[in-house]
Amino acid sequence: MAEATTRPVAPPAPRPEYVRQEPLNQDFGVVEKPLSLWERLYDNGAFRKTFLLIAIAAIWEIYARHLNNPLLIPTFFETVGAFVAAIESGELPEKAANSIRLLLQGYALGLALALAFTMLAMLTRIGNDLLETLTSMFNPLPSIALLPLALIWFGLGDSSIIFVLVHAVLWAVALNAHSGFRSVSNTLRMVGRNYGLTGARFVLKILIPAAFPSILTGLKIGWAFAWRTLIAAELVFGASSGRGGLGWFIYESKNMLDVPSVFAGLFSVILIGLVVENLIFRNLEIATVRKWGMQS
Amino acid sequence: MNQPSALADEPLLSVSGVTLQYKTKKHLVTATYRVSFDVMPSERYVLLGPSGCGKSTLLKAICGFMQPTEGTIKLRGQPIQKPGSDRVMVFQEFDQLLPWKTVKKNVIFALESSGRLRGQAAEEKAMEVITKVNLAKFADSYPHTLSGGMKQRVAIARALAMEPDILLMDEPFAALDALTRRHMQDELLRLWEETRFTVLFVTHSIPEAVRIGSRILLLSPHPGQVKAELNSDGSDAVDPATGLKLSERIHRMLFADHFAAGGSDHG
Repeated sequence: MAEATTRPVAPPAPRPEYVRQEPLNQDFGVVEKPLSLWERLYDNGAFRKTFLLIAIAAIWEIYARHLNNPLLIPTFFETVGAFVAAIESGELPEKAANSIRLLLQGYALGLALALAFTMLAMLTRIGNDLLETLTSMFNPLPSIALLPLALIWFGLGDSSIIFVLVHAVLWAVALNAHSGFRSVSNTLRMVGRNYGLTGARFVLKILIPAAFPSILTGLKIGWAFAWRTLIAAELVFGASSGRGGLGWFIYESKNMLDVPSVFAGLFSVILIGLVVENLIFRNLEIATVRKWGMQS
Repeated sequence: MNQPSALADEPLLSVSGVTLQYKTKKHLVTATYRVSFDVMPSERYVLLGPSGCGKSTLLKAICGFMQPTEGTIKLRGQPIQKPGSDRVMVFQEFDQLLPWKTVKKNVIFALESSGRLRGQAAEEKAMEVITKVNLAKFADSYPHTLSGGMKQRVAIARALAMEPDILLMDEPFAALDALTRRHMQDELLRLWEETRFTVLFVTHSIPEAVRIGSRILLLSPHPGQVKAELNSDGSDAVDPATGLKLSERIHRMLFADHFAAGGSDHG
């Protein structure tokens, strides 16, 4: 290296130019050829995942049969049987509906409070400090840890669960919405004010849509927290007013040593979680931030 | 400093003795110091100067986003208090378009938010201006699918739809590539020929100022003060007194200032 820097480099010798005279080649081996069926299938993510799921089910079935102890691990087909039976008897759909009803109540209340908090934080400096302090305090606290306290305050009932759900949703949504609002570009704010928007109209027509990617993230995180919290809370007690949810279904089945039903209950929790995350939120995302090119 | 010539009628925009200051975390910055100028109706008035001459800050004050610490800014004789849709700004940044609205909805948004037009009338006006900037085919496209030049054309269309007293442009073509920039300048002049709107245009490019402007205000940096006010016919004509082209005269004035300031700042 040192040598190259000290010694002066001679200019490169002039080289001949090249302009193609003969016509371009016409016959190649392959220009375009359809891929084989296997290549195309392997390229498909859904196919690969379905294949994995079938493989997992097969390993499960083989292992459970080999173990031959339905109290520990029921076979795959026993679980499916219990799932179908619980759906046919109407027990599982009813329990799931109870869970979802509670969840929606808590979620809606949490969103309303989050909106109020964020508005306050956007409008006043002390509100901003309040939100920052509260979120940094409560965000690391798993909301299920508040359940004992909620039981003392609200007794054994829906209101206790709704209280923990609100706690699960509120901070995640408020935190994300607030940071979303604050990162709305100055240009966009000036555009809004230039066209005469002030106060609530400004928030509604500029800030909320502009911060929507963050708000959506908050909604997703809030949902995930709420769903996990709900199932956990129902495990602790669920027979409130005689109607349990999915968590209670799992707990009850375990008490009756009906392990296939425990698996069926877990399966329902997973299924509902997947549907909400991959169907509802995914489509909401496609219809909004993806379409607007705002996906961050 | 710069009194309006006696023969012209009332100035549309009158800036007199304006000092602008803003605070950063650590400093109080004086952006402009006692700047005065008048903009006449249908003029293409250009504010030209190196970065740090306060030209963008001046535009923000005219738009009503900040108040001068000294001096007055008057539009049609009325002092400017707050932002309003009688002065519409076109920004340099592409994100001035609302990404969640299509091209047409962006224009309608401006008309409806300001209460200028509603419903069918707003839609018709939107299509009219979008057609004017040759984007009718893209009326239902979202901004992120458009090129930079197209986005700026939408922003100009949105501003023109408002039929403001004065169109404020803050380096609207600075983020475009050289070819597109040239094309946009021609397009702006063509649009001006059609309706003869009044435009206040901020730039730091001498050729752009010479092409776009009918009158050019030259500002010196740190803080911005008026250095010269020149006329331009767009052809970069030779000044008989000095034998220099307009762009050369401007260049010399800016460079003289550079040396005086120690040449530490590059515009």
